[in-house]
Amino acid sequence: MAPNDSAETSEATGTVVGRRKAARYIVPFAVAGVAAATIGLVPALANSGDPDLPDITAQELIEKIAASDEQQLSGTVKVTTDLGIPSLGGLAGSFAPDAGSGGSSAEPESKLMELASGTHTLRVAVDGPDKQRLSVLGEGSEYSLVHHGDDVWGYDSASNEVYHAESDGNEHAAGKAPEGVPGTPKELAEKALAAADDTTSVTVGGTAQVAGRDAYKLVIKPKQSGSTIGSVTVAVDASTGVPLKFTLAPSSGGKAAVDAGFTQVDFAKPDASSFSFTPPKGAKVTEADELEAEAGKNGAADTAHKDLGALEDFQGLNVIGKGWSAVAEIALPGGAGLPAQGSGDMPAQAQQFLDALGDKVTGDFGSGTVFKTRLVNALLTDDGKVYVGAVTKDALVKAADAAE
Amino acid sequence: MSQAERTALAAPRTPGRALWTLGLLRSELTVMFRRWRTLALLGVLAAVPVLIGIAVRIETGDGSRGGPGDGGGPAFLSQVTNNGLFLVFAALSATLPVFLPMAVGVIAGDSVAGEASGGTLRYLLVAPAGRTRLLLTKYASVLVFCLAATLVVAASALAVGALLFPVGEVTTISGTRIGFGEGMLRALCVAVAVAASLIGFAALGLFVSTLTNSGIAAMAATVGVLITAQILDTMPQLDAIHPYLFPHYWLSFTDLLREPVYWDELVRNLGLQALYAAVFGSAAWARLTTKDIGV
Repeated sequence: MAPNDSAETSEATGTVVGRRKAARYIVPFAVAGVAAATIGLVPALANSGDPDLPDITAQELIEKIAASDEQQLSGTVKVTTDLGIPSLGGLAGSFAPDAGSGGSSAEPESKLMELASGTHTLRVAVDGPDKQRLSVLGEGSEYSLVHHGDDVWGYDSASNEVYHAESDGNEHAAGKAPEGVPGTPKELAEKALAAADDTTSVTVGGTAQVAGRDAYKLVIKPKQSGSTIGSVTVAVDASTGVPLKFTLAPSSGGKAAVDAGFTQVDFAKPDASSFSFTPPKGAKVTEADELEAEAGKNGAADTAHKDLGALEDFQGLNVIGKGWSAVAEIALPGGAGLPAQGSGDMPAQAQQFLDALGDKVTGDFGSGTVFKTRLVNALLTDDGKVYVGAVTKDALVKAADAAE
Repeated sequence: MSQAERTALAAPRTPGRALWTLGLLRSELTVMFRRWRTLALLGVLAAVPVLIGIAVRIETGDGSRGGPGDGGGPAFLSQVTNNGLFLVFAALSATLPVFLPMAVGVIAGDSVAGEASGGTLRYLLVAPAGRTRLLLTKYASVLVFCLAATLVVAASALAVGALLFPVGEVTTISGTRIGFGEGMLRALCVAVAVAASLIGFAALGLFVSTLTNSGIAAMAATVGVLITAQILDTMPQLDAIHPYLFPHYWLSFTDLLREPVYWDELVRNLGLQALYAAVFGSAAWARLTTKDIGV
């Protein structure tokens, strides 16, 4: 062995030196270990202390929310949605924009549909009722929805497409997320509170730290059985009354079905430039009016659109029950259920696929198929009726039986 | 210039150890950038933006809107026709997953193993500097290559972009506008962020390089690790380990193009790269300082 290093002497074969040298291999493991411990422990330590806040009743807390008049805020929102829809991620992404109206990928509805599954990071900025901005941060791209005065702009940087709609002054909600799509915690909280009546228990469930701020937790639980919703938790900022986090836990337990909360929030006036938008050079601009006209034109040619159109003018939406266990009964156009096996309407594979997704059930109403997600279940009967609700399979069958 | 000559050249010039290290680094860099292999790698990297630019130009030559309408393909491609500066971003996001780390893997993998297989490693160690310093010098020169490679891509893309497409005010991906000067600054930040993304992988390559005496084996193993990590990063079932895979936050450089800049992932990326550098750097140190260097 050559004595080839001044620092390392030639006695490398000596046991003491050898052992000392072997000890050097501990260093990388120690570094990795310290890093792992830090990653594991720091969040746990940071979370250990729930803030100590004066006691407050649910009523007072709701009033606090209602009285909140924060007009200006900006922040980052993380939305995690797990509705238990079987891997719709890619499917929704590829179908939604087409199914919408065959128009622009910058259209708000098609883009916000994507929030219905997976984890997304959003940025919000609000400055009074006239200026709002919502951005969905994608990998290497961003979708921005800017509401400024009468204009609503949607900009999809991935495809460089712009969507433009003009709203008349009093209809500023157009810039917000469409119904049924989780938006900011505030919208979600308002929705949950609106549903509260004698079927619902509303309590204050302790305190929490959200986005570095002290917050009360408002816990909303259904009193009725049969609902798939276990509880709704809204974390409300203790000083401003602004809802900071919204969590929807299914009654079946497990991970929250919807978890939307600020990871960072600032109540200062957002930069005015974030609300100004001019379509970038070369971007394809789609006007909302044109889009609607075009959708009408294309709709006739396209079978998918025909189906959609048919769905839109279905007759009869009937709500059975009330509160949390309400079930909607929808009569499908033409009274047709799922196409029967081998009817030629549907390829055999598609039939199999549908069967695999649903469970066959029978009851007084006849027989049908139940399609399950973590929150919403739907029963499609063979005679062409659909029962949909945020209720368990049994409650759905019961509702269908009662409706017969 | 052979390795032996290099040490001979570096050693007498330097009275102090710190100066010696600088001298070693300088000669190391000279050797690296004079190699045909290094120049060929940089040449290939410089050719990528040219290819992308020409392809986009031909595709949109008839005045039609650039890029795929559905937003497919590498990020930013659809904006290139409107602003040549976006070619920098498009080229970097096209080269970051494969070309850049592959080039870094070749350089890092060969850095120690190549010297060992050439029989020159022991001559390097004759000089009174110690293996630790040699390793640090090697790592520093690999990092310089990371930055150089990234800047070559960026500069080539900027030249091609300015030549083939209009340049001017830049629209950030948030839809707001910034001036061309600030756009250039962002492009530079992006290039630095991309180079920094390779810090961890460079340390990993250096460690692999100390394991073997065959330069080719080290390069192949390093690139193999890269591909494996990227495959693992795409598997949704392995969600839990994704944040600890070195390529996971690589595309975070795009966050520099948001308005305001979204720092979370950029910071996480730097932290992860530093962690990889610490773990594999110390592993490489443990290995090299205890290694028997015979032949």
